[in-house]
Amino acid sequence: MSTLAHDDHHDHKPTGFKRWFFSTNHKDIGTLYLIFALIMFFVGGAMAMIIRAELFQPGLQFVDPQFYNSMVTVHALVMIFGAVMPAGVGLANWMIPLMIGAPDMALPRMNNMSFWILPFAFALLLSTLFMDGGAPAGGWTMYPPLVLQTGNAFPFLIFAVHFLGISSIMGAINIIATVFNMRAPGMTLMKMPLFVWTWVITSFLLIASMPVLAGGVTMLLTDKYFGTSFFDAAGGGDPVLFQHIFWFFGHPEVYILALPAFGVVSQIIPTFSRKPLFGYASMVYATASIAILSFFVWAHHMFTVGLPIKGELFFMYATMLIAVPTGVKVFNWIATMWKGSMTFETPMLFAIAFVILFTIGGFSGLMLGITPVDFQYHDTYFVVAHFHYVLLTGAIFALMGAAYYWLPKWTGFMYDERLGKIHFWLSLISSNVLFFPQHFLGLAGMPRRIPDYNIQFADFNMISSIGGFAYGISQLLFVYIVIKCAMGGKKAKAVSWEGAKGLEWSVPSPAPFHTFETPPKLTKEMLEH
Amino acid sequence: MKGISKLKSSLKKLFLVLFFIPLSAMADWALNMREGATPISQEIYNLHMVTLWVVTIIGILVFGVMFWSIFHHRKSKGAKAAKFSHSTTVEIIWTIIPTVIIISLAIPATKLLIKMDDTSEAGITIKATGSQWKWKYDYLDGVGEGLTFYSSLDKDSKEVSQRDSGLNPMESENYLLDVDEPIVLPVNTKIRILTTAQDVIHAWWVPDLGWKRDAIPGFINDNWAVIEKPGTYRGQCAEICGAGHGYMPIVVKAVSMDKYTEWVEDKKLAIAAEKNTSDIVLNMEELMTKGEAGYKAQCLVCHQANGEGIKGAFPALVKSPVSTEKGRRLEHIHQIIYGKNLMPALGHLSDVDIAAITTYERNAWGNNTGDIVQAKEVAEARKIPKK
Repeated sequence: MSTLAHDDHHDHKPTGFKRWFFSTNHKDIGTLYLIFALIMFFVGGAMAMIIRAELFQPGLQFVDPQFYNSMVTVHALVMIFGAVMPAGVGLANWMIPLMIGAPDMALPRMNNMSFWILPFAFALLLSTLFMDGGAPAGGWTMYPPLVLQTGNAFPFLIFAVHFLGISSIMGAINIIATVFNMRAPGMTLMKMPLFVWTWVITSFLLIASMPVLAGGVTMLLTDKYFGTSFFDAAGGGDPVLFQHIFWFFGHPEVYILALPAFGVVSQIIPTFSRKPLFGYASMVYATASIAILSFFVWAHHMFTVGLPIKGELFFMYATMLIAVPTGVKVFNWIATMWKGSMTFETPMLFAIAFVILFTIGGFSGLMLGITPVDFQYHDTYFVVAHFHYVLLTGAIFALMGAAYYWLPKWTGFMYDERLGKIHFWLSLISSNVLFFPQHFLGLAGMPRRIPDYNIQFADFNMISSIGGFAYGISQLLFVYIVIKCAMGGKKAKAVSWEGAKGLEWSVPSPAPFHTFETPPKLTKEMLEH
Repeated sequence: MKGISKLKSSLKKLFLVLFFIPLSAMADWALNMREGATPISQEIYNLHMVTLWVVTIIGILVFGVMFWSIFHHRKSKGAKAAKFSHSTTVEIIWTIIPTVIIISLAIPATKLLIKMDDTSEAGITIKATGSQWKWKYDYLDGVGEGLTFYSSLDKDSKEVSQRDSGLNPMESENYLLDVDEPIVLPVNTKIRILTTAQDVIHAWWVPDLGWKRDAIPGFINDNWAVIEKPGTYRGQCAEICGAGHGYMPIVVKAVSMDKYTEWVEDKKLAIAAEKNTSDIVLNMEELMTKGEAGYKAQCLVCHQANGEGIKGAFPALVKSPVSTEKGRRLEHIHQIIYGKNLMPALGHLSDVDIAAITTYERNAWGNNTGDIVQAKEVAEARKIPKK
């Protein structure tokens, strides 16, 4: 502990533009990622508001179908690559070195580049909204031949995707190098916080999957401009080849979005239950199983393309199998709560909501995995409901819980608990009003990605849109809470939460600019389990 | 004060009721998938229900345990945290039980999928070809062989769906789910349905038949259905295919074999009649009327009602060289017949339809060329090779 007292007088750091543009500090870079993610969350959210406004009633009121399709496309790209992934990486940057007793990430300059690529890549992508011909409008999944009909925006889309991939790959390399080489002596792999484990596994997923996406989109580029016909039957190619390549990336990608959220929840629940995480080893193995299995299920996104029956059966079985380790994790979280001594501050509320709502998303996921029935669900609002449950009420709820959980450590102040709880309840109710009815819409037969619909779908669309507007507005409260917290409030202790365990709580709040410049001497109390 | 807030609350309730009545009069609160019109769709529905029950019961049990814990194991109730942190036995149990549940769902799913895979020995084979943005149907085998026609969104839906049309979709029950030419099929006959596409990936979906299948350019997928109940079944394209994705529905009319055979005969005559239009002569007014209707049906979705197109995506026809210059008349007609770049070929339209559309485009929106194109000119244009 005494080694940490030195840190304050080392605190000379650059200020202003230089501090942020040239930062090699994991805390500052973490902050940059988190602020960027929050901004992009609202950019993507605004697009969602346009979508829900158009779908509020039957008829075409606000936008034309081409622009609507652009909104659908860019909303997804922004949320996935601009909000959820950067927020996860921001948490990783801030917390991994603190959790393992390391002074910073293994490759601090590469860390800087990983971040600053993002605003550049999104400037490329979002600039297409203002071009002749408009932004890409073929869905975030970019299937050819439709995506090849994109006009001037096409190269911007491809290059943006390339840069996003490069940023993620570099980040993943950094995390693996850091965790494998810079843990404090005594912190074996099986003593690391689960959040670190989930990020290590996520990093392997990133390294294995993002280059495949890069390959696939490059093939789109050459098909459009350089006379190849990878995806054109007339030239001997096949549009479905792209789908295989894309989803080979795409399925691990959704676990890249989910695993850090699992890690966060595995930190929060033990703290507020005042009880160690149940089944640590099992949780590690379950996470690893999910990650490995995620490479074998990609074609469940393609059940209707006309795969041979043996293929359909294989992918159905593998998909259904993933439910088992996922269930194991859910049971372990509940077992952590069981016979604990729980309090329900905002982080715990979000974590509990995550467990319930992610599980509901998992149920619809299991239903989708049953191939013959998927023939009815595929490309309907049932799928939209499923992935928003796991991504919004799942991943994003966990990320917000993480923000509330670690804000005291980052800022040195407790956020306003009353407002936090209000934000939680507004988010919980509005997001369910928004997405639960979409299950019914999908079952009733409403397809995805349409700007207008038959009157039989009117009621639930109206309810869903009302939920959407309410959810959008209530996220402004979150911004207010975060800013208010950063500006001051009740001083946070080093151990900001009564049940909190782990190395990050052994440094002061706010965490000094440099921490663990010498590795901490680990004692049993300092470790989580 | 009390009186006013009571009044406010009653008014609010009244408003909500009145607001939702017109919606609920024609709209639907459907919560579930439909059972459909075929034995397969029924089996799919059954498997869906079984799975839904399984996950509901699991949810009730798991969340029940969780809520019980939330209420009883709380610090404010004086609960003291236990110290246990693992149990291999419990991990094994809650790995094995879900695995057993999953296997028991996979078995009926496998059987059903294998059944659906067998498209052999069909009585009738039809092919659905998706294009931007309509379907083309070819009757390839069995009674009706040789029939070919296009099926597009019906005229009313096209009008109502225009942005700021001022028309109310709530008044049309089959808004966006109706077509000008439905497919007619006989009941109790195995129908093999092939799907493919002309340009981008589409998907053919009629929920009452129980399945959808992608329509992929350059490839042919096949599927089958036996429709047991006569009726009209509506579906939609189910793979994003551009701006018109939401506007290319599918309508299947299932009738008795007798009625079907009658329809086949009538349809054959109608199609033959439509082919021979090259002798039709119309005056300017007739051409403009017919041309405007044709423009609305075929061209408006891209080139817009005012002919201005969408900058960077779809060219304007107002004052465009092709639609105004005298020397480019043939080019204009050819472009409609053969398409160009993203614009699909429309040569399947009759000579008189193409003549009317061309005339309309050359005279509307202030283009005012005074040009009159007759069906004969279009018939001749088809014989001249495209430059």
